This record gives sequence, structure tokens and C-alpha cells, in this order.
Amino acid sequence: MPIITQAKSAAVVIDDALCIAEKGCTVCVDVCPLDILAIDEGRKKAFMKYDECWYCMPCEADCPTGAVKVNIPYLLR
Amino acid sequence: MTDTKTEIIEADILVIGGGTGGPMAAIKAKEANPGLKVVLMEKANVKRSGAISMGMDGLNNAVVPGYATPEQYVKEITVANDGIVNQKAVMAYATGSFPMIQYLDKLGVKFEKDGSGEYNMRKVHHMGTYVLPMPEGHNVKKVLYRQLRRLQVAVTNRYMATRLLKAPDGRIAGAVGVNTRTSEFLVVKAKAVVLACGAAGRLGLPASGYMFGTYENAANCGDGYAMAYHAGAQLANLECYQINPLIKDYNGPSCAYVTGPFGGYTANNKGDRFIECDYWSGQMMLEFWRELQSGNGPVYLKMDHLAEETISEIETILHTNERPSRGRFHERRGNDYRKRPVEMHISEIGFCSGHSASGVWVDENARTTIPGLYAVGDMASVPHNYMLGAFVNGGIAGRDAAEYCANVQLADYDEGYLAAERERVLAPTRREDGLTPHEMEFKTRRLVNDYLEPPKVTAKMEIAQRRFAEIRDDLSELCARDPHELLRALEMQTILDCADMAAAASLYRTESRWGFYHLRVDHPETNDEEWFCHTVLYKDDAGRMAHAKREVDPYVVAVEADEMAAYHQLRVKTPAAAE
Repeated sequence: MPIITQAKSAAVVIDDALCIAEKGCTVCVDVCPLDILAIDEGRKKAFMKYDECWYCMPCEADCPTGAVKVNIPYLLR
Repeated sequence: MTDTKTEIIEADILVIGGGTGGPMAAIKAKEANPGLKVVLMEKANVKRSGAISMGMDGLNNAVVPGYATPEQYVKEITVANDGIVNQKAVMAYATGSFPMIQYLDKLGVKFEKDGSGEYNMRKVHHMGTYVLPMPEGHNVKKVLYRQLRRLQVAVTNRYMATRLLKAPDGRIAGAVGVNTRTSEFLVVKAKAVVLACGAAGRLGLPASGYMFGTYENAANCGDGYAMAYHAGAQLANLECYQINPLIKDYNGPSCAYVTGPFGGYTANNKGDRFIECDYWSGQMMLEFWRELQSGNGPVYLKMDHLAEETISEIETILHTNERPSRGRFHERRGNDYRKRPVEMHISEIGFCSGHSASGVWVDENARTTIPGLYAVGDMASVPHNYMLGAFVNGGIAGRDAAEYCANVQLADYDEGYLAAERERVLAPTRREDGLTPHEMEFKTRRLVNDYLEPPKVTAKMEIAQRRFAEIRDDLSELCARDPHELLRALEMQTILDCADMAAAASLYRTESRWGFYHLRVDHPETNDEEWFCHTVLYKDDAGRMAHAKREVDPYVVAVEADEMAAYHQLRVKTPAAAE
């Protein structure tokens, strides 16, 4: 069967103005137990790539600039 | 991806899983013999992996002199498990409990103490006093990581172990892992392997329908159970599921262990207590489930009667530790502990000895039934082990493995087996279209809910087995388009293995036991004559799922018959209406 893509809302939100991924920071990507965050190669900012969040919060707690906010995924709210 | 790289390294001890018990196994092995090469393989990143990525708010099973003796603890756990325990292993934990608390304290983990510096113990269990709060327990992972670095444990992050490797003589030879970001292979040859992969926590589907909204860290999907099974190890009492009373939809603990000692309690919709004890046991879950079924549901955690200072203190503990997003969940819902109780619900099913008794069989030295293979923490069969049990048994495994290594050489594994495993792992990457890991996992877990959840019905569990077999056939269409999807595709296969084991183990034990955990509608009675034994599940020589009974070893702590029933009387007695 062919595979389709479908839109999802991102529970983890990154403030681009605060994110310093362009300086080489990958802390949030490194600490995520589910490996769902990534750096956008074009914009050089972190983003939530996969809708597989356990809302555990190391990404938010360990971000050196406070750029990461973990929200409760919509289905649970 | 036909030329995917395979790196081969050698170690004395390979620890798989860098959460709680794994790091402690590595630490204690290095402390026992600093000359050993110890490799710690972790699917995520050791800094923040496992069940306690954000720390822990308390010890649930601390055996502290002056409050409890190891003998009392062994008795309590025996009774809470309807007598089916390997008491020697529980005793090994109980005697190691206090020294481990002191060790963690020395490393910098903070436990609550009173004005004179004594541990501030609280009572939650039915009989004894074993709870030690950790209001500042958020740094546990940092403390462990520092010690791993200090002792020069070699850490490989972002490698998922997929299968164990064995020598022709049956002992352990190492394991194969695959990088979750590159899909490259890493083979670690080792004299001893410690499995510390956590619970099978992605087995049932949360009621919210959000696949990763599990009680356990969703990375803990049962890799250790599947690897142990495929290697031929015995797994014990898998039908004794983990099912927990949780905050509805949030699916984290609410948490009665923390709030109980402050005066909070589990209540029905009338605000009344209905259980005498909030300690998580199968019997307590049975009463919880009955209340949900009755007109008295839903069930709540009630705190709105408490004083403002008490509630603030509870909030500080619950919203900064272990599952800090709890506070964020309540805020969005408009939940305020001061104004209304927190709605609770029953969790999805899983395997986890940390809270119940379903795990890879281990003895008092954390040894599995395969020479050189150890298991610790939530995935090992020592019941009701919690975080401190993972530390203690991790330490036991590390020390024992260090000793074992002195007398054995690295073993060779079967090259053909490794080649076949590489093919199995990479198969989903060789397809351009087909079924996605998410939909295959969702369907497996939805069927787990439909057919395996208690109350267990024979005919339903047999349907589950047929449907799981269909999904197994569909694996030939499973498609992974990048290394991350391959990680999920491999986890999905682990989950399917665990689903099959859950069904088979539950069908084998033809009685009811452990309250709600193994409530069989067509075998409602507990049958001590036939089933006062462990059950073990294993892969036989023909590759089939097989079962056996395993005798309960003679107790080291005697339990009187009248004491054995203590956990069967958890429902609050309502006075008879006046005539």
C-alpha cells in the first residue's frame, strides 16, 4: 500500500528567537528519550519532528536559553 | 542499505539500558574491579533515559532500621503477591536496601530528613512503614551520570539492542545493537550481559488513544523481555500484569504515595474512602475496578479537605519531580487540589516487576536461566521492586558479573545468526511502501485492550492470539523509510512479541490470582492446589512458546495462614444498616 502523510499538531514548541541551534546547540535533541526533536537544516532551529511525545520535559529543563515549552498533547488535554 | 556498516567491539561486561538499574550495575561492576571494560548501551541518552528521566519523588520500598526489618518487608511483599514470590531474591533486595540508600545519599541524592538528620519515613503499605519522600529528588540521573564518568564506563547512546548473542555451549556471548539515527550495527562481544531495559510499558493502548501517553516512559516498550525470550531465557508470571491507578488521561501517578501521608486519599464520587490502603497491589486494583464499575465511580484522589500549607507542599513535590508536566496538565484542565478532587482511572496493561511481578526470571544474584546473562529493574522478576529495587539489584548484578568474568573467556557466536538478525532488522528498510510502524503498533495495542485486559476471558484471549498471528504475517509489509522509523518498526515487533507472551501466559494459568492482575472470568477461584507456583514462559528448542510450573522455593521468612489474607481485606467495611 502507498504511504501518505497527515498533519499533526506539535506539543513541543520552540521559540525561534531564543533557540541557538545555529550556534551548534543540540541539547534538546540529545536528551529526548523518544528522539522526536531535530534541527531544521534550513532554518537552523530545533523543532518537534515526530508526534511521539511523553511530555517528560528534559528538553525544556535542559535548554540553556529557555526556548523549549512542552505542552500536553491535544488528545490528553 | 545493503552495505550497512557493522562495528564489532569487545568488553568484559555489557549492560543494556542506561536508566536506573543499568547504570548501577555498571557502577558496581567497576567498583568491584576497575580493570574491567564495561560498556553501557542505551537506546536514548544516559543523561535523561529511562523511568526516572526527571528524577523521583520518593522511595516506595525503603527498608530503614528502626522502621522495618528485612524480614517484615519480605513478609509484606509475600502477602501482597499471594505467596508466589522467590523470597530469597526479595530478601537480597531487603538487606541491600538501606546500604543502597546510604550509598546514594553519599553520592548526592537527596532524601527527606527530620531536624535531627534521620530519614523521614512515612507509612503507605498495609502493614509496614517503607516510604521515604524525596522532595528534592530531581537530580538522580545527574548523580548517576557523574559516577559513570568518574568510573570510566564506556557509554554508547542511541543504540537499540535487538538480540542477544549466545555461544554454542549456551552461555552468553554478547548482543547486537542498531544505531537509531544511522541504522549502523554495533556488535558487543561480552563475557557477561546485564539486561536493564525497563518495563514493557507500551503494551496496552492508553484510553486517550495517544500512543505515547503511557504510564511508563514510552521508550520502555519491552525490548528486554523480547530479547530474553528469543535467547531462550525463562520469563516468570507474565500473567501478573502491571495495571495502575492513575490520573485519568494524563496517565501518570496521581500520587497517593506522596499525598497519603499528608492526609490525601482515594475516594469515590461520594467523597468516601473505599479502600483501606493506597499501596498498589492486585487486590487494591480489584477494589478500584469494582468501584469504577459500580454507581460510585469515578474514583478520585481527594485533597480538597487539606490545609493550604499542606497542599502547597504537595504541589511542590508533585510538580517538580518525576512527572513535572502533571502540574501543567491540571492547570489546563482547571484542576486545583484545593477545589476539587483529581479524577483517576485504570491504566493500560503492561509487564513490570517494579509494580507487579511480571519479569525475566532471576535468582537472588540477579542471574537469569542463561549463564552469564543477568536481568535487573522493572524487567526482572523480583516483585514490587520500584526504583530502589532497580538500584539494589543492579548493584547485585554488577558485582556478581564482575566476579563471573574473572573465570570465563569471551565466547564466539554463530555468524549465521548475526547475518540473519541483520536481515530481520533491515527488512523494513528494503520496502518503498507498505504498512507504517505506527499503524501496526496501534492495531496490536488496540487488540491488547480489546482482548487481553482483565477481566480475562478465555475465548477473547484466543481471538487475540489469532489476530496477533495475522499481524505477524503483515510484518512482511512493514516499511521504514528512515532510521527513526526503523527504530519504531523494531519496537513494534517487540510489542507484538510481548502481546503474544501476555496472551499465552494468561491462558496457561487456569485460575484467578493477584486480584485484578489475573482475574479470569472462566476460572474465578484461586486454586492453591494446582497453581501455588510460579509460571515460566520460554522459547523451546523448536522455537515455540512453551510453559512450565516452577515451584515456590521454601520461605526464608515464615508467613502464617491468617497473615497471608491481609491484602484480601482492603475494602473499607461499611456498617450494616440499622434495622
